[in-house]
Amino acid sequence: MIPLTWYLVVAAGLFCIGLYGALARRNAVGVLMGIELMLNAVNINMVAFWRYGAVAQMTGQLFAIFVITVAAAEAAVGLALIIAIYRQRRTVNVEEIDSMKG
Amino acid sequence: MPTGLFNLVVLLPLLPLLAFVLIVLWTHNNKKLSAGLAIGGIGLSWLISWVIVFSSFGIEELAKAPFNIARQWLLAGTNWQAFGFTLDPLAAVMLFMVPFVCLLIFIYSVGYMGVGKKSGEHDPRGVPSEPGHVDPLSSRFFAYIALFASAMIGLVLSDNFLLLFIFWEIMGLCSYLLIGFWFARKYEDPKQITPKQAGLKAFLTTRIGDTIMLAGIVLLYTQTSTLSFAEVFQPQALEKLATTTTSLPIFGAVPWATLISILIFWGAIGKSAQFPLHTWLPDAMEGPTPVSALIHAATMVSAGVYLIIRAYPLMQAIPHGPALQFIAFIGAFTALFAATIALAQNDIKKVLAYSTISQLGYMFAALGIGAYVAATFHLLMHAFFKALLFLGSGSVIHGMEHGHHEAEHGHGDASRETRGHGELAASSFNPQDMRNMGGLFRRMPGTAWTFIIGGLALSGFPIITAGFWSKDEILAEAFINRHWIVFAALATAALLTAFYTARQVTLVFFGKPRTSAAQHASEHDSIFKWMVPPLGVLAFFAIAAGWVGIPTEFPFLGRFSTNPFHHFVGKLAEALEIEAPKLPFNLTPVALSVIVAVGGLLLGWLVYRKYAAAGAVPVGAVEEVSPLERPDPLQRPLGRVWVLWQGKYYFDELYDKVFVQGTLRLSRWLFNVDDGWIIDPFVDWVGRFWRRVSEASRWADTHIVDAVVDGVGSVTQWSGNAVRTIQTGRVQNYLLVALVTVSVLLGVFLLLPK
Repeated sequence: MIPLTWYLVVAAGLFCIGLYGALARRNAVGVLMGIELMLNAVNINMVAFWRYGAVAQMTGQLFAIFVITVAAAEAAVGLALIIAIYRQRRTVNVEEIDSMKG
Repeated sequence: MPTGLFNLVVLLPLLPLLAFVLIVLWTHNNKKLSAGLAIGGIGLSWLISWVIVFSSFGIEELAKAPFNIARQWLLAGTNWQAFGFTLDPLAAVMLFMVPFVCLLIFIYSVGYMGVGKKSGEHDPRGVPSEPGHVDPLSSRFFAYIALFASAMIGLVLSDNFLLLFIFWEIMGLCSYLLIGFWFARKYEDPKQITPKQAGLKAFLTTRIGDTIMLAGIVLLYTQTSTLSFAEVFQPQALEKLATTTTSLPIFGAVPWATLISILIFWGAIGKSAQFPLHTWLPDAMEGPTPVSALIHAATMVSAGVYLIIRAYPLMQAIPHGPALQFIAFIGAFTALFAATIALAQNDIKKVLAYSTISQLGYMFAALGIGAYVAATFHLLMHAFFKALLFLGSGSVIHGMEHGHHEAEHGHGDASRETRGHGELAASSFNPQDMRNMGGLFRRMPGTAWTFIIGGLALSGFPIITAGFWSKDEILAEAFINRHWIVFAALATAALLTAFYTARQVTLVFFGKPRTSAAQHASEHDSIFKWMVPPLGVLAFFAIAAGWVGIPTEFPFLGRFSTNPFHHFVGKLAEALEIEAPKLPFNLTPVALSVIVAVGGLLLGWLVYRKYAAAGAVPVGAVEEVSPLERPDPLQRPLGRVWVLWQGKYYFDELYDKVFVQGTLRLSRWLFNVDDGWIIDPFVDWVGRFWRRVSEASRWADTHIVDAVVDGVGSVTQWSGNAVRTIQTGRVQNYLLVALVTVSVLLGVFLLLPK
């Protein structure tokens, strides 16, 4: 059986890719995709811990499903916001969206 | 004792008061009804009072145990003050006179104010109405006199000093209101006093006396803790007042009794117009004549005498003490002093006013020498004949006004319509000036007969008049008790009284008319139907009232007399332990009083006979001379004395110079003091001081308070500026910060030792 560490390494890698995307992408949609990647990395972690921990408890599974649900909602809201911003400013470049500047 | 009946005394002051309230609140628009209410109130009061008085005459123990009805009224400290009415012989004899004279004068007033006459639409208010018109304010007049009657009856019945003082002041108010009744009246001569000013003068002058009197009453209360007559006049209370002394500046140790008596007597000086507060009474004649009769001759001014009679036990707490001497001196001096002024007056009412002052002085002199009963007797008799004389003079004045009216406008009604207002009609003709009269006897017989009877009573015409019996008694007491100075003063005053009465009667009624107004004077108008009958009743009393006081020792007549008055009032004197010994009869003072009365009258008649007989054309002149330009027969022989008398010894001018002008000057001086020396500098200093304080405060405001507030603001702004640089608005920056923070925290947690 594949050891737990591998799963964790994959999840960490995925998380780093997602983080990079969220921090570095100019396109808002890309940022959103980065966030999705980080969420999925978390999911992998949870499922892996469930499988290698106490199988009888369904906590890991359940959290993963919750996260997927929340991610779906978040993607929907996030895309809606991006479309609204685009309609307002004709851009989805996050560097240009800085109206919250103090 | 019929106490059930006596309880009705409470009603006596209440009935006229009720009339006053009704008139003021409801009936003032209806003059006839108002007059009817006033007369009804006083009439009922009169009926009840006479029933009470006559049933009290038979009661021997009334003097020792007077009827009293009282209520606890006022809690002063721990002492209850009882307010109530008391009926003793003194109150009873006053009750005999007061409501009765009031009633007669009220009836007379109906005619005098012209109630029932037509009222012109544009009749001016506050001036005497023209003949044939009703006074537009006559309801008000009746309300005032009803209030006055109520107060006077209440005063007579009061059983303590405080209640007496309250009624005393109500009368003062009524007097003020009624003197100024014709408030809008103005004269051509700016120096002649107007009714408005006269009312003010009367009020202020009597106020001086009243204030001093109040001080006396307050002192009395501090010494005895009671104001009730019965309690103050207890022998031990009087003994204490007479023996304890207080020290005054100048006078040294003075017994309380003397001090309080003299202070209270000052109230009487003011009210009864004695020297030196006499100046208000002659000017009070500016009021309507019934008022002069009611208030300023018969009742209110004699309230001062009544007060001294009432408080007599206090006055003589020290027998023949300085208080009584003071009263005797003021009285005798005033009697003589006012009589001389009366000699030289030309106004018919002014003569009577000075005569009133003189007669009141008589009463005070009598009280001062201990003639308690005689003073009371003279007070009552004087009220009858002086009311009669005043009402007679009012009748004469109305007759003259009618005569003047007739003479100017003839008899036609057509000319009546063209007349102007009252002020114009009154023009320069003075219907009160005796020099304008003459020969009214045939034209106004009813008035003339009664006036002459009153005049005879005033001068003390022997045997038949009331004035003789009362005046004679005072002279006799002064003579027998050897008060020579008082006796001389009073005898001279009696001579002068007879003389000026003769002068007045001669000038008014005898000889020939000196003006066309006097020529046309008559008493045919309907108002005289109201005015003459009261004169007749008063004339009857001016004669018959004296019969109750004929001394039993008097030759011949004494045999028929039981002298009930002395018996009745003397009992009270006994009960109060007043020294009123029965005097032996002495012919000398009686003879002297007959001589001065008859001699004075005769002398007056002789001196003024020719003047009056000449009529409008004086001896030696060919044509008519204005009566006002003809010299008085006494003017040349008396020279400067005459001028002095006619000028009333110039007391008005003196008081004006000293008190009125003095006050004005003092006010002006104080104003200057205020302006330049004291008040203004002080105010300025205060202003400057607070200006300094404000400047300091302003500095603190700008440099401390504002600085703190501004500081808070700028610190906030500065820190905001500092912080805003990290607020880029880029989501990825924030995210990066979060990442770095989490990484650092993670590193810290991992690396730090657990």
